[in-house]
Amino acid sequence: MSSPTADRTLDEILNLAASHFKVPREKLTADDDFFKTLGIDSLQALDLLTRIEQHFRIELPDYELQGVSDFRTLANRIQARL
Amino acid sequence: MKDFKGRTLSWQIVSGTIELALHREACNEIGSLTLAELEKFAAALPELATEARALILYSTQKAGFSAGADLRELFQRGQKLEKSVALRGVRDFLERIHAVMNAIDAAPLTTIAAVHGVTFGGGFELALVCDIIVADRTARFCFPELRLGLIPGFGGIPRLKRDLGNAVVRDLLLTGRSFNVMKAQQIGLVSQIAAEGEALRIARATASQVGKFDRTTAVAAKEFVKPIPYEELKREIDIFCDLYSRPAVEEGLRKFVENEGPQPYLP
Repeated sequence: MSSPTADRTLDEILNLAASHFKVPREKLTADDDFFKTLGIDSLQALDLLTRIEQHFRIELPDYELQGVSDFRTLANRIQARL
Repeated sequence: MKDFKGRTLSWQIVSGTIELALHREACNEIGSLTLAELEKFAAALPELATEARALILYSTQKAGFSAGADLRELFQRGQKLEKSVALRGVRDFLERIHAVMNAIDAAPLTTIAAVHGVTFGGGFELALVCDIIVADRTARFCFPELRLGLIPGFGGIPRLKRDLGNAVVRDLLLTGRSFNVMKAQQIGLVSQIAAEGEALRIARATASQVGKFDRTTAVAAKEFVKPIPYEELKREIDIFCDLYSRPAVEEGLRKFVENEGPQPYLP
């Protein structure tokens, strides 16, 4: 089975974030700061990380996310683990 | 004291099981008040154990089981007091919390931690004293202490070493990374995974099951398979106190306390 493309990975993250944090999908874009757009704090960010790991069936050490706050970079980090 | 309602935790006996609920906002940070109430629980435990067969620890806080030690209190203590006095206070706190942890670890009951969400540092260490960890899919575990220039101080390293392979312990301790429930089950830390919000229900079902067995046999089995590493636990306190005295720790704590950014928990 081939890995999903980077675009598809990004799209799945945006869908997951919109669904979990109850934000209209159309309001989320790749370069958004997800802390601001989703209005989440550090604990909720960990919750998002857990859901992303389960969705993509990967392990994503949180030190790889230090300083990451936009969906596109997050998608790149995930893509590297698929 | 068969039941108790405190400011940080409460307990009661339900169907032969002691249920200890942690309910300090925001995420059950363990400071002086929680410690004092945990000590009340430890003191009541021998009497409670005569009427119960199991103990469940859980959190009513949405964010998780516990975010660990109250680092703001630890930092403020260091700021207010002369260094040697602050250090004596830290050692006293650790010795007291170790006494509580050891009492729960050795309790003649089957003990179950029902965890969800953030289970970090001292919260992770509290879960580790239990015989069984039931975790829901939101649970996330971490020992972030090295980020502050410290090691876990509530008995975490000896108990993690007791339960897991040393290579895994090194990875988790030395990277300070958090990990999810699937990883926790894979490495042998979590024995049962629950759907989101179902850990307490599954813990209750497990408590009901263990209550069917002969108590003397259950206690003997527990003592046989779960030795308490007392010497290593004492050594952990010494190492923690040696490290705490350094200026780097004060700076690490200050950075954490004064950080208003969205990622203070991310190592």
